[in-house]
Amino acid sequence: MSESNGIEVERLVRVFKKGPRAVDGIDLEVAPGEIYGFLGPNGAGKSTTVLMLTTLLPPTEGTARVAGHDIVREGGEVRRAIGAALQEAALDPFLTGREHMRLQGGLHGLDRADRERRGNELLERVGLTEAADRKVGGYSGGMKRRLDLGLALVHRPRILFLDEPTTGLDIQSRAALWAEVERLSAEDGVTVFLTTQYLEEADVLADRVGIIDHGRIVAEGTPAQLKAEIGRSSIEAVPARDEDRERLAEVLDRFGERTAAAPKAVAVRFGNGDDLTDVVRALDAEGIRVATLHVHEPTLDDVFLEKTGRSLEGAGDEDADEEADRLQEAAA
Amino acid sequence: MTGVADAGLLVRRSVVRTMRQPANLVFSFVFPLLLLAVNAGGLTAATKIPSFPTDSYLTFALAVPFVQGALFASSSAGTNIAQDIESGFMSRLALTPLRRGALLTGQLSGVIALGLCQALVYLAVGEAAGAGFAAGPGGVLVLLALSVLITLAFGSLGALAALRTGSGEAVQGMFPLFFVFLFLSSQALPRNLIETDWFRTIATYNPVSYLLEAIRSLLITGWDAEALALGFGFAAAIAAVGITLSERALRSRMVR
Repeated sequence: MSESNGIEVERLVRVFKKGPRAVDGIDLEVAPGEIYGFLGPNGAGKSTTVLMLTTLLPPTEGTARVAGHDIVREGGEVRRAIGAALQEAALDPFLTGREHMRLQGGLHGLDRADRERRGNELLERVGLTEAADRKVGGYSGGMKRRLDLGLALVHRPRILFLDEPTTGLDIQSRAALWAEVERLSAEDGVTVFLTTQYLEEADVLADRVGIIDHGRIVAEGTPAQLKAEIGRSSIEAVPARDEDRERLAEVLDRFGERTAAAPKAVAVRFGNGDDLTDVVRALDAEGIRVATLHVHEPTLDDVFLEKTGRSLEGAGDEDADEEADRLQEAAA
Repeated sequence: MTGVADAGLLVRRSVVRTMRQPANLVFSFVFPLLLLAVNAGGLTAATKIPSFPTDSYLTFALAVPFVQGALFASSSAGTNIAQDIESGFMSRLALTPLRRGALLTGQLSGVIALGLCQALVYLAVGEAAGAGFAAGPGGVLVLLALSVLITLAFGSLGALAALRTGSGEAVQGMFPLFFVFLFLSSQALPRNLIETDWFRTIATYNPVSYLLEAIRSLLITGWDAEALALGFGFAAAIAAVGITLSERALRSRMVR
């Protein structure tokens, strides 16, 4: 598969001096044209993986082929095939958006006319035509991210790496970026490898998700598969009268094991084969009236919780500084 | 050819971003001239020392701004590169088919352009203030060439510091060290007139002395082959070492 647009990773490891194994034996495969979401808390090893796959950091062990080329031995070929928008939009505050486009186009070997045409086209696509001649130092966070994405596309890469592309963006900018990534995959057939710490982003955008924690992939599949694996939805009910809470719990316990719930509520994870009608019927038979009754579909956070024993929200904040330090050290 | 074209693009960027930070420019153009004015005003008595090479201290001191200006330029070269590393811009460049050599050339060319402009300003101000220029018009070209070489030499050291540490603060922190080299040289007095033994010894081993003396020879004596050979020689040697080590540091930073 020498001209494929896919990514194949085998037992990839990166160890930093004086640090744990930031990436600890990762195997994964991304099919051409797929959007692969790499989901994990801060410091899980997402950025380290991206740096290795984009040839910016050599792996300690293992191999990976990107666009059919070995990331260590064929770095030049890999770089020609990929575009990357890495964490912290890497822009020069003293240059304008248009000047960035010209520079990037020129360094990728476009001639002057092509540079101009492609630059204008991309500036328009990422919604920066009006701001094109302003210095980047005055751009908002969202504008910087969009310019960064536009720059990554100058040479029409077949594979796009996006490292936490929407971190710190407001909801509108995030949605705009999602739309553009979807368009790239659907219309241009670009393979996208995207890291994120947002469940929603992985859920909405990714065809397939790999969940990474402490340098290891703990779960992989389509969002639907992963949620189906956790399986079951949970049901949460609040009794109309507080004193019925005990009896409510007894009834719900027949349907599955107890799980965390709001203060006055009772929640259980559904067993197989039951549905909401059975629950309502049983409650009615016992004469218990409920104020509210919710069914929660499983989320990717439930998947993360199940696999790691922690919730993704807030997990890994203690690891984040460590990973940042190690990357800094590797860069030095 | 692509290497040349790449370097051209980076030179343009380097010049553009330098011009857009006028505050830094004012500092590197004005500060050395201010020091020159203070020294030339306060130290004229030194010309009375027997065997002082000229009766104009201004002419003697005019050599200093050229070296000082090169120091400022080198600091800005280093800081620019360090900022590129810190912001991730260097990673962006590393992901293009850009050649390493072009990257370094591009970054240093902006500094050289700055060094050349500075040298022209110092020269013009010196002439306007009545400093002598013994070597005549041909000497001006030689002086500019030497200024460019010195700027390249110091610039490559600034680049090296940036590439090794990846930190703008570390580069700024090295700057006073460069100044120590300048002050422990023959910047205020000719070496043979420095009476303190340890100072004279240090100034003799300090390459900065020879850079100053080469510039000074053009201003005061005219054509002094030995002084020029030493000046160009040391500047070229520093540049060669700086560029070689920078190239190596760049290689380990941009994994290829």
